[in-house]
Amino acid sequence: MIVETKSAQFDSIALEGGATLTPVEVAYETYGALNHERSNAILITHAFTGDAHAAGVAHDSGKPGWWDNMIGPGKAFDTDRYFVICSNVLGGCRGTTGPASLNPATGKPYGMSFPVITIRDMVRLQKMLIDRLGIARLLCVAGGSMGGMQALEWASSYPEAVRCVIPIATTWRHSAQQIAFNEVGRQSIMADPDWNGGEYYENNKPPARGLAVARMVGHITYMSDESMREKFGRKLREKEKFGFDFGVDFEVESYLRYRGSQFVERFDANSYLYITKAEDYFDLTNGTGRLADAFRTVDTRFLVISFTSDWLYPSYQSQEIVRVLRRVNGDVAYCDLQSNYGHDAFLVDVGEQTELVRGFLDSTARIAVAA
Amino acid sequence: MTDPAPIHQGIHPVTLTRRPDFYVIGEIIPPGSRVLDLGCGEGELLAWLAEHKNVLARGVEINGAQVRKAIAKGVSAYQGDIDEGLADYPDKAFDYVILSQTLQETRAPLQVLREMLRVGRRAIVSFPNFGHWRVRAAMLFNGQAPKTDLFPYDWYNSPNIHFLSINDFEDLCREHGFPIEKRYFLAGSTRITSFPNLLGQTAVFLLG
Repeated sequence: MIVETKSAQFDSIALEGGATLTPVEVAYETYGALNHERSNAILITHAFTGDAHAAGVAHDSGKPGWWDNMIGPGKAFDTDRYFVICSNVLGGCRGTTGPASLNPATGKPYGMSFPVITIRDMVRLQKMLIDRLGIARLLCVAGGSMGGMQALEWASSYPEAVRCVIPIATTWRHSAQQIAFNEVGRQSIMADPDWNGGEYYENNKPPARGLAVARMVGHITYMSDESMREKFGRKLREKEKFGFDFGVDFEVESYLRYRGSQFVERFDANSYLYITKAEDYFDLTNGTGRLADAFRTVDTRFLVISFTSDWLYPSYQSQEIVRVLRRVNGDVAYCDLQSNYGHDAFLVDVGEQTELVRGFLDSTARIAVAA
Repeated sequence: MTDPAPIHQGIHPVTLTRRPDFYVIGEIIPPGSRVLDLGCGEGELLAWLAEHKNVLARGVEINGAQVRKAIAKGVSAYQGDIDEGLADYPDKAFDYVILSQTLQETRAPLQVLREMLRVGRRAIVSFPNFGHWRVRAAMLFNGQAPKTDLFPYDWYNSPNIHFLSINDFEDLCREHGFPIEKRYFLAGSTRITSFPNLLGQTAVFLLG
């Protein structure tokens, strides 16, 4: 499946923080075909550093999509049956308008003059895209981590426009620990002199060291003690004994450095700041804590999935969502999948997840046909 | 009421042999009901009810592998504990709350029954009868914790933590004012009417 990222332009989008972005562009990919009734569309919402390239092989780079193990012919999101859409989030750096985009007012990249955005703003832009594609009601919105937040936001903001949502390894509001890790990442970027108040585009010298360290911290939170022990243990990197210096001794150090340096190649540091801020602001209840209010009118079906070893988005956060949905008599399925992969499980440990998603989508599609 | 497809056409025969009470439950529940199945296992009963009686089906199951299979069947099941989970539901959220062959496994059966009748307009409770003659005989002649078709476990690995007979359950309902609307007694998958506490292997009570 060779795929290409497309783009849609809109005149403007009004943001939750009060600002208006003019114009705004969104990068997206689609897989499979929209049926005649326009009833088989699924929106995949990506995690923090993901992009629109969720599945298939990119025609230019040859790279597989970030959820290619879940999306495709015969897979969980079966493109023989469903029309699957994935778009890059607002504030991102992979084709959708973000801080690295040119500000038409100045002719220069926005940098830190880009308005602060929220998960709700990201979802609003997705809704504009879905409307543009002529889809009145999505069969499903599904995503993990920050993608799960967007799925929840869809169910809350546009319940009439989505038949079911699949929030995976996520939360209904960012916790102190999640905010804390994001803040470490942001401080790491801003402490790098090359960040330069967010103005590094013109001299083409991004805060690579700060961004790489932020990514290293991130990677630790995506794994689990067990998965790190299995993958690295105390193995040394291409040496028999300690170097007695501060070069790379351990495999795990090498891995994190590699991941950090790779990340700098594909991700914009200012996007990192803006998107983590959007995650931290995320609270489906707008601070009231009354989650039931967010799902007041729901006849949307929910499949909530968490993973036992995910300590970044622990299972209890998913269970809180499930409990509230029970309280409002919502239609909710929930499973806490056994995995050692930590938060990364929704990307890598997809066997059982596939079983759940396939059955859930199939039954929702049958309900849709009956209705 | 139109007669739905016989339940044996929709559920795997092995399951029905193991769970003859499904026949009765399938007959009790009218089309279009809102149904909560506590300890729904792999969701076979709920899937059947959803397909043949168009019920709004929800299930609770503590076993992760079974929840997975239930969800894969399209049943809205969630992984959780019966003893704790019911508290979240509003009053009379369901027409029927089912507790099939699970009462003897709950930590606080009385509380579960009360909650079932709060959350549901009616409750359906089925359980294996500890008063069955084979159980009595096993105890009498062997002098050991009974191990029979109905109670196939060794004492140390049994999920059953309470043992009750049909008479015990009738007493409980009387003492606590749980109104019994109907009672069904099964030997294998055959309905019986005489000497239920001696001959009945499985009891199904409709409360409410």
